[in-house]
Amino acid sequence: MIATTQPLLEVEAVCKSFGAENVLNGISFQLGRGRILGLVGENGAGKSTLAQCIAGRHRIDSGAIRRNGRVYVVPQEFMLIPTLTATENIFLGMESTRAGFLLRRRMRDQAAALLRRLSCEIDVDTEVRQLGVAARQQIEIARALLHRSDILIMDEPTTVLNSTETAILFDIMRDFRNQGGSIIYISHKLDEVRAVCDEIAVLRDGHLVSITPAAAIDSAELARRMVGRPLTRLFPPLRPVDPAAPTVLAVEHLAAPPAVTDAGFELHAGEILGVAGLAGAGRTELAEAICALRPRAGGHLRIDGREHRFRTPAEAAAAGIVYLPEDRQNTAVLADFSLADNITMASLEKYCRHGLVRASAVRRTARAYIERFRIKCTSEMEVMRNLSGGNQQKAAIAKYLDRDPRVFIFDEPTRGVDVGARGEIYEFIHELAANGLGCLLISSDLEELIGNCRRILVMRNGVVAGTVSGPEISEENIMYLATGVKK
Amino acid sequence: MTLPFSFAPAVRRRFTVLLTRCGAGAYLALAVLVVICLLSSESFGNSQNLLNIMRQVSYSGLIALGMTFVIAGGGIDLAVGSLFALSGVVAVLAANQAAGLSPSPWPAFALAGAAALTTGITGAAINGTIIVLGRVPSFIATLGTYSIYRSLALYLADSGTLATDNPLISAFGSAELAGLPVPAWFLLAGTAFLALVMNHTAFGKHVCALGAGERVARYALINTARVRFLTYLTVGAGAGVSAFLFVGRLGSVSSSNAGMLYELDAIAAVIIGGAPMSGGRGSLWGTLAGVLVLGVVSNILDLWGVNVTLQGMVKGLVIIISVLIQKKEAA
Repeated sequence: MIATTQPLLEVEAVCKSFGAENVLNGISFQLGRGRILGLVGENGAGKSTLAQCIAGRHRIDSGAIRRNGRVYVVPQEFMLIPTLTATENIFLGMESTRAGFLLRRRMRDQAAALLRRLSCEIDVDTEVRQLGVAARQQIEIARALLHRSDILIMDEPTTVLNSTETAILFDIMRDFRNQGGSIIYISHKLDEVRAVCDEIAVLRDGHLVSITPAAAIDSAELARRMVGRPLTRLFPPLRPVDPAAPTVLAVEHLAAPPAVTDAGFELHAGEILGVAGLAGAGRTELAEAICALRPRAGGHLRIDGREHRFRTPAEAAAAGIVYLPEDRQNTAVLADFSLADNITMASLEKYCRHGLVRASAVRRTARAYIERFRIKCTSEMEVMRNLSGGNQQKAAIAKYLDRDPRVFIFDEPTRGVDVGARGEIYEFIHELAANGLGCLLISSDLEELIGNCRRILVMRNGVVAGTVSGPEISEENIMYLATGVKK
Repeated sequence: MTLPFSFAPAVRRRFTVLLTRCGAGAYLALAVLVVICLLSSESFGNSQNLLNIMRQVSYSGLIALGMTFVIAGGGIDLAVGSLFALSGVVAVLAANQAAGLSPSPWPAFALAGAAALTTGITGAAINGTIIVLGRVPSFIATLGTYSIYRSLALYLADSGTLATDNPLISAFGSAELAGLPVPAWFLLAGTAFLALVMNHTAFGKHVCALGAGERVARYALINTARVRFLTYLTVGAGAGVSAFLFVGRLGSVSSSNAGMLYELDAIAAVIIGGAPMSGGRGSLWGTLAGVLVLGVVSNILDLWGVNVTLQGMVKGLVIIISVLIQKKEAA
């Protein structure tokens, strides 16, 4: 029997390197029963690697990890099989059988019981593809319960959730803790970490900087420890309003059903216009409709006063509009291609002479962007996979910027990007605006919108519900418009 | 376990890149194979035999070059063997039609060549249209046209063999230039030209981007439909040219046997050449090595007197083993 005083997990002087890079340098800590431990740090600090080592997926170079219980990593929502039902997914690989036949009813009842324990209202016979991300995550947690896991590892579980869903997830986590389980919770959202965790561990460059009770530390101090230097203001000063600035992009009655039914706005040169809205309000779809990435059913688009009717994204770019998509891994970077190839992918024709790509010109351009955007890499030929999320995002911005746009649409540009790189990306956006570009900033992070924009468009159910600007800008006012609930 | 050398990872990585990116692994396999052949058979090394190999591999080799683009772009073309037969049949029909119109062999020669190329490109354009506009997975679309093109070839040739007595076509198909058969020149020139296209043009880079991540390519403003369509045209053009040379070699084309399993030989050559089936990259020189490996294996089995029915088994083993080796190197 395990004594109750014995910690669930003991990590002792763990070191791990990939090639020449030391990712973990002598990490030691203990995790007791019934604790939620937050793990924070910049991208590349070693959080995910540490989690993988604890889960036994990476072999450690030296040190020791003693697990006095089962560890279960809650993967991102897409690890489920969409065409199987909730029950089938929960039991996948652990099916109850008798004489080789599935005990369907027993599994169904057990799955329902597990989900009830998590206070989830999911029909166990629904196919997972019909469920939302929050429900999928709950199914993953139900799987962990079925495994009788003692330690859950959750890596950025709330990036895909709205605030209500996040609150429900936190209740589930606290329940799990109160039943004696422990959780290692990795997140960039410092306020959430402080809200749900008992202790918070800060990692920096593979070193454990500190472990402190969550109640004893504020977000600013956490952020300071993460970057190892005092943080200057995250957001650059707001750009002054120039009443004489010309309109670069005018959108009227744009429709791309069913996601966008009627959207109109004007974007001025040098402006950073925010776009807010709840998930499903049609923000991304609006951007994609503008760039001809999805078919338009009607409406007018004017760039610098000229009406445009482009039908392909390439034509939209030629007319001056580019779009940085939100889902970086699947839409914005090719992980196995070099930094130089990624940066010049959208503008390769510029570097051709007699139909042949001039490799030297490609590399020179890439080097210029690497310097301008302070992309951390060994060379411009480095494979994208080796770069941190923030540096990948900078490369993606460089790729679209190389098309010399008039209007740059950013969709969630800092999602999954660490604090340091976030500040830099804001600076770049402000710099582009200062050069006269019109910037559209789509974000689910209200603080990000309020910190960067003097005017914010709020979408609801596929229409522009309203605009807030200047002193009216507040989280409350945006949420009123986004939800349609008046004061 | 780590290697005792501190430089080992870097060297190994560079070696791996060489093996996988440039098809050097396939050349290594080819070299080993050739040494074995030279040691085990006296007749393997004589120049007539080597020329025979070059000629034999040229026909499916020309198809494999285009297949490299299709696979690098994340697709597959199963119809290309049937399209080869159809192109050959149409070429002979065109030659025979033209023979009746003019006493000179030149018009028939030109018309047959144009007919073969046009048929190849048209068939490929149909494939590309179904795949790009109809959004049908390439495996299924070309499985369908595989059956359609073969059936058309059989119908046009009345299920038999069509022959032409045009002297120019035969002369062209069996001629040698500087000691190498004409089809082999086409294969080498095609490899060099398409390697340039793959590695040094925007189109080549776009093909690889498409295979590595179609959504990324689409969001990067690449006209993915056009790029994908063109990869199929490349393989179709290769099939047309190859069929014309093939007709010249034999003076005839069998509607039931010509091009049989060429699509699989071509795919195998691309894979042996180091391209992943999932797309994202492809090496033309690697494919050429793959083509030669298959040709040498088939030749040496003949020389050894191995029962013809067992040759398919050996070929299959070569494909699987070469991919297993490359997997190891890449891991």
